[in-house]
Amino acid sequence: MTKYKVIIGMEVHIELQTKGKLFTNVSADFFGKLPNRNVHPLCLGMPGTLPVINQEAVAYAIMTGSVLNCTVHPYSVFARKHYFYPDLPKGYQISQYEKPICTTGDIIIEVNGQAKQIGITRLHLEEDTGKLTHVEDGSLVDLNRAGVPLMEIVSEPDMRTAEEAYIYVNQIRQIVRYLGVSTGDMEKGAMRCEVNLSLKPIGSKVLGTKVEIKNLNSFRTVRNSIDYEIKRQTKVLDEGGKIEQVTMGWDEDNKKTVVRRRKEDAHDYRYFPEPDLPPLNLDPAWIEKIISTMPELPTSKVKRYVEEWGLSKEQANILTENSERAEYFERLVVTAKDNVPTKSIADWVQGELFRYLNETNVTIDDIKFTPDDFIRVIKLVKDGTINRLAGKEVLAEIWQTGDKPDQIIKAKGLKQISDSGALETIVDKVIADNPKPVAQFKGGKEATMKFLVGQVMRHSRGKANPKMAEKMLRKKLT
Amino acid sequence: MSKLTIKEVEHIAFLARLALTDDEKWLFQNQLSAILEYVEILQQLDTNDIPPTTSALPLGNVMRPDTIIEPLTIMDALANAPDSAEDSFRVKPVFD
Repeated sequence: MTKYKVIIGMEVHIELQTKGKLFTNVSADFFGKLPNRNVHPLCLGMPGTLPVINQEAVAYAIMTGSVLNCTVHPYSVFARKHYFYPDLPKGYQISQYEKPICTTGDIIIEVNGQAKQIGITRLHLEEDTGKLTHVEDGSLVDLNRAGVPLMEIVSEPDMRTAEEAYIYVNQIRQIVRYLGVSTGDMEKGAMRCEVNLSLKPIGSKVLGTKVEIKNLNSFRTVRNSIDYEIKRQTKVLDEGGKIEQVTMGWDEDNKKTVVRRRKEDAHDYRYFPEPDLPPLNLDPAWIEKIISTMPELPTSKVKRYVEEWGLSKEQANILTENSERAEYFERLVVTAKDNVPTKSIADWVQGELFRYLNETNVTIDDIKFTPDDFIRVIKLVKDGTINRLAGKEVLAEIWQTGDKPDQIIKAKGLKQISDSGALETIVDKVIADNPKPVAQFKGGKEATMKFLVGQVMRHSRGKANPKMAEKMLRKKLT
Repeated sequence: MSKLTIKEVEHIAFLARLALTDDEKWLFQNQLSAILEYVEILQQLDTNDIPPTTSALPLGNVMRPDTIIEPLTIMDALANAPDSAEDSFRVKPVFD
């Protein structure tokens, strides 16, 4: 298997979440709508209609390009890409060809703890197409999606494994979500991937024949189709065969790539500059303003969490997985002022809040409690008013009811028993009730202490301060 | 530039999805060649000091804010459709 070098490049199409479409003001929010409820004469390719570009889509492309370290070009040109297919009634798609808005950037991905740079060739804007449903006696055309802004990001052929491609796509998605330019929702088609893959015998100077795999609409299919293609091409080459230059798709039912188009059917797109749209000639100050008002991205957040707040990189990565969670965590830190260590907040957010969110499918926006209540619980645990277990119980309760922590603690009697008199009664009872473990501990079996503390916790119905209980037990037994 | 070949005319006709008779191919071979010859005359102009442009209009940077207008009603949207079904335009079966 090491005889060939795998060369993978990717094209990712991302639907931008602007309000209007790319060239007309009709709503771009098409998902789940009845057919053709979202159309305007321009989307239908009516004669006499003229496109005007949506400024927000241009801004989104600039933001993304800037994060990908691209050169953002003030001057860029739209072009017509011609083909006949009913998903675009004009007979061409408005795209960018020779002068895209962004070129030559890069992104750093992390593969098994190792940083790897993937080059970005270009980023451009184009319009999405309509949707076809094939029925027995024809095809039904729904143009709701026609004209929705798409951003295409083309990478250099710098990836070598399915894992790298998977991480790359994941990272691109995290970026567009953080920037708020797209939902990045692959299941709903808001992000679609295309893989270019070839194998080159190691040591050979000749490039292998490139195969395209189109319309990959989940992370899983990106990974599976690449793994499958590498195996398939390796086998063909091992047997002395030749790779045919084809466009393929992924057949999910049979878990294999299938040929969709051969080279001789390749399109002749006849690109030429779109005469109905003047070139973009953006004010560098406007570009600068957009870039300077972008939200902070995960890489920068992780760095800050590690350097300023002393969190581990692993924990910082988990806390910044998406912008909503990172923002909420930061709100907690601000709310806490310096009353609670940031590390404690991070632990409670990671351990309790994220577990709760994952288990219940509740989103950050829907949670009932305020940051103040959350911080209050952490503080009460920290200063020993309630123990950890009780803290978790209080959180579970406020997450469901939205009640105040102190109220719950009072109502449930969760206040930790740190009063030595009350604790002593329980400790004495535990010692009296458990002669055998007590003897074992006295005989040097250290592990028995855990059991005895457990008994104290049980008899106090979880309210004892475990550290105090252990101290008292040790004092009495030695 | 030499005259377009019949093969080139056939390719252009295919791209435009036009079915041409032999007479028409001959006709368009001459007409299209004449257009190309005319462009050849333009190409003799010295344009060295003129920056290339993609637009004949002195415009640039025409953008609109991201706002929403009402879409067409489904009746209007399909009003000119030669055939429709299930609120969609119906076309001959096509597969990519």
